[in-house]
Amino acid sequence: MYATNYHRPATIEEAVSLLTGNDEAKALSGGQTLLPTMRQRLAAPSDLVDLRGLPGMTGVSAGDGTLTVGAAVAHADVAGNADVLRLIPALAGLAGRIGDPAVRHMGTIGGSLANNDPAADYPAAALALGASIVTNSREIDAGDFFQGMFTTALEDGEIITAVRFPVPEKAAYAKFPNPASRYAMVGVFVARTSAGARVAVTGAGADGVFRHSAMETALDADWSPEALAGVATPADGLLSDIHGSAAYRAHLVGVMARRAVAAAG
Amino acid sequence: MGQLKLSVNGRAVSRDVPGETLLVDLLREHLRLTGTHVGCDTGQCGACVVHVDGRAVKACNVLAHAVAGSQVTTIEGLADGGGLHPMQQAFNENHGLQCGFCTPGMIMSGVDMVQRYKAAGRDLDEPAIRHELEGNICRCTGYENIVKSIQSAAARM
Ligand SMILES: Cc1cc2nc3c(=O)[nH]c(=O)nc-3n(C[C@H](O)[C@H](O)[C@H](O)COP(=O)(O)OP(=O)(O)OC[C@H]3O[C@@H](n4cnc5c(N)ncnc54)[C@H](O)[C@@H]3O)c2cc1C
Ligand code: FES
Ligand code: FES
Repeated sequence: MYATNYHRPATIEEAVSLLTGNDEAKALSGGQTLLPTMRQRLAAPSDLVDLRGLPGMTGVSAGDGTLTVGAAVAHADVAGNADVLRLIPALAGLAGRIGDPAVRHMGTIGGSLANNDPAADYPAAALALGASIVTNSREIDAGDFFQGMFTTALEDGEIITAVRFPVPEKAAYAKFPNPASRYAMVGVFVARTSAGARVAVTGAGADGVFRHSAMETALDADWSPEALAGVATPADGLLSDIHGSAAYRAHLVGVMARRAVAAAG
Repeated sequence: MGQLKLSVNGRAVSRDVPGETLLVDLLREHLRLTGTHVGCDTGQCGACVVHVDGRAVKACNVLAHAVAGSQVTTIEGLADGGGLHPMQQAFNENHGLQCGFCTPGMIMSGVDMVQRYKAAGRDLDEPAIRHELEGNICRCTGYENIVKSIQSAAARM
């Protein structure tokens, strides 16, 4: 690993000022993606600005049809939180199946969304639930936030401070994990919201997470696994790699979506 | 980089280490606690699992400075006084190791899962143990006895 300076700011403002005006500085949350990347020398930030434990970025709060999760909340703490379990159990279940226990003790929701790995789990939940990504300077709708593989709407130096999820009528996530990495080969998050059905697919898209509008239309007409039986998922634009072809992933999208709707009830 | 202060196995430690120092390197290279192993470079094998403030983490995937002020427990700090920890004892009795390389991580993960399940009042049955061991890889593939060891320790912890 290349040399780097470690900073532990006391406030969000201090963190933002350490990050802005320094191209070589990077935010650090759980480090579960950034540190392996640095060890492979694929990233060499001159400065790391640790966001964990910053006031305003921790804790979960429920209110007014929404659930707000601090960006620095670890996956294990989302999985075990009483409000998350009560209001959006599908989100708790998703968090509890990310990676393994040690990864879940460190990795954070903010880090996962900022990273926007095409096979990560949280992007599917954020997009299907229509979450707002709250940053130090604005709120970004999940639909505008994800801009392709490892790319987001975040500006240089901008940090995610919280994620606000509207509470759906029902929701579920079905994941087919890659047996070696535990990341999603395909993961489908379905939600029935006051604005209609929403379906988000991760693991499959060459441009990262995407909404499946044909499935949404079918579920708006009839919320049932059977309603998805005739809905096609074109293989164009899907990932193809040693783990599975685009056609295989397209098939898995249908299977996972039907399982998710069945689980949501 | 300023002086890093933390507690390791109940002992106060103060070291001047560079910002990029990984927790596993602080333990192995600076403190000579070589029971914590390094089996991969990708955060996947779990040979390096230690406890930070009572929670299992992969020491190869955490910066030393990020755990300043914390209580770190390694495999060397598990046994208190003379006797082995019940988890260590159970690995011994059930032949829960072959070459032993993955064992420190298996034991630290085992203790962590038993404590979490006990605190939550959940039953740590065999499928749960296998699921919880997802982040610990045994190159000798001796999982059968590893699972048995954790099961037997859980009954005694
Ligand atoms: C063995 C293993 C298995 C895994 N399995 C899965 C899996 O099954 N599913 C899955 O989804 N993920 C998986 N992960 C990834 C894991 O969920 C990471 O925790 C997550 O992707 C990144 O979160 P982090 O807090 O660790 O971020 P970091 O690694 O600290 O940061 C990641 C990136 O986000 C930036 N960043 C961090 N926080 C913020 C913020 N608040 N605002 C703006 N930018 C920020 C950083 O600068 C960096 O570029 C796995 C990781 C490992 C090591
Ligand atoms: S050495 Fe840490 S996970 Fe392999
Ligand atoms: S006992 Fe040899 S790696 Fe597990």
